[in-house]
Amino acid sequence: MSAALIVVALLLVAVAGTAVVATGDPARQAVTLSAYGVVLALLFLVLQAPDVALSQIAVGTALVPLMVMLTVRKTEK
Amino acid sequence: MSRRTRTAVFGAGAAVLAVLFALAVAGLPPFGNGDHPYRDLAIAAALRQATPNVVSSLTFDLRGLDTLGEEMILLGSVVGAVALLRPRRDETVRNRSRTENNQSVALVAYVFLPLTLLIGFDLLVHGHLTPGGGFQGGVVLATGLHLLYLSGGYDALRRLRPLAWYEWVEGLTTAAFAAAGLIGVRNFLPHGTIQQLFSAGTVPILNILIGFAVGAGAVVLLAQFLTQAIALEDD
Repeated sequence: MSAALIVVALLLVAVAGTAVVATGDPARQAVTLSAYGVVLALLFLVLQAPDVALSQIAVGTALVPLMVMLTVRKTEK
Repeated sequence: MSRRTRTAVFGAGAAVLAVLFALAVAGLPPFGNGDHPYRDLAIAAALRQATPNVVSSLTFDLRGLDTLGEEMILLGSVVGAVALLRPRRDETVRNRSRTENNQSVALVAYVFLPLTLLIGFDLLVHGHLTPGGGFQGGVVLATGLHLLYLSGGYDALRRLRPLAWYEWVEGLTTAAFAAAGLIGVRNFLPHGTIQQLFSAGTVPILNILIGFAVGAGAVVLLAQFLTQAIALEDD
């Protein structure tokens, strides 16, 4: 995989990670976290680790944001 | 501990970490070079076992103990969530939820439910051949099942997801994997022809076992959060 693609993927991860940190409201943060998960999976794919990318999508983009959303719903009741 | 002491403790810890991290990074082989002794050994071992997805061969044939440890971490977190999130004595679990689902969301969920389950089974069954395997397949199956909540509501999910079964599956499959480790099961089955569905000996069997353990574990874990968020009411 070309170095340019790796640099682009790394930059995207840096931008998305910053977006997660900059999101204040936990309910919105679950959404940015989910997007960050997709970008991170892209980086793993570019670095030729498709197994890790799949785990990242399943856990980081679906499971963890869902748990955050449910916790927010419970605590804001 | 005062704010100033906390900052000082954090500063000292961060400084030590920074030095160790810098030393570790300086000692790494250069990024993207072709010299990987561990890779060369692992690929040779995987090919001997007729397992084209080298990661699966690593997971079950070379580093089965690591996989057992990860399985125990999952079991521990599920048991922890069940213990911490159990309903209090003064709370009752409602059998019906009053939430109404958005119709367009329900439609999308109906379409993606069978697709996601299919992808989950595909990842599980072909784990020894293509990227994926027990862990990924299990998590995709568990999250796919929860599309039922988006399409049919909490009642549909609750009826079509007999939680006791998932608790049993999680416990029994983890016990089976631990037992296989204790007896010292090696890849004793015929390895077959590489790239065939029935090949790689015990790897696909263990993949499916781990898939059921991970999938059931994730379902039990999410069920605790769902009960807390949706189905509890104070007496």
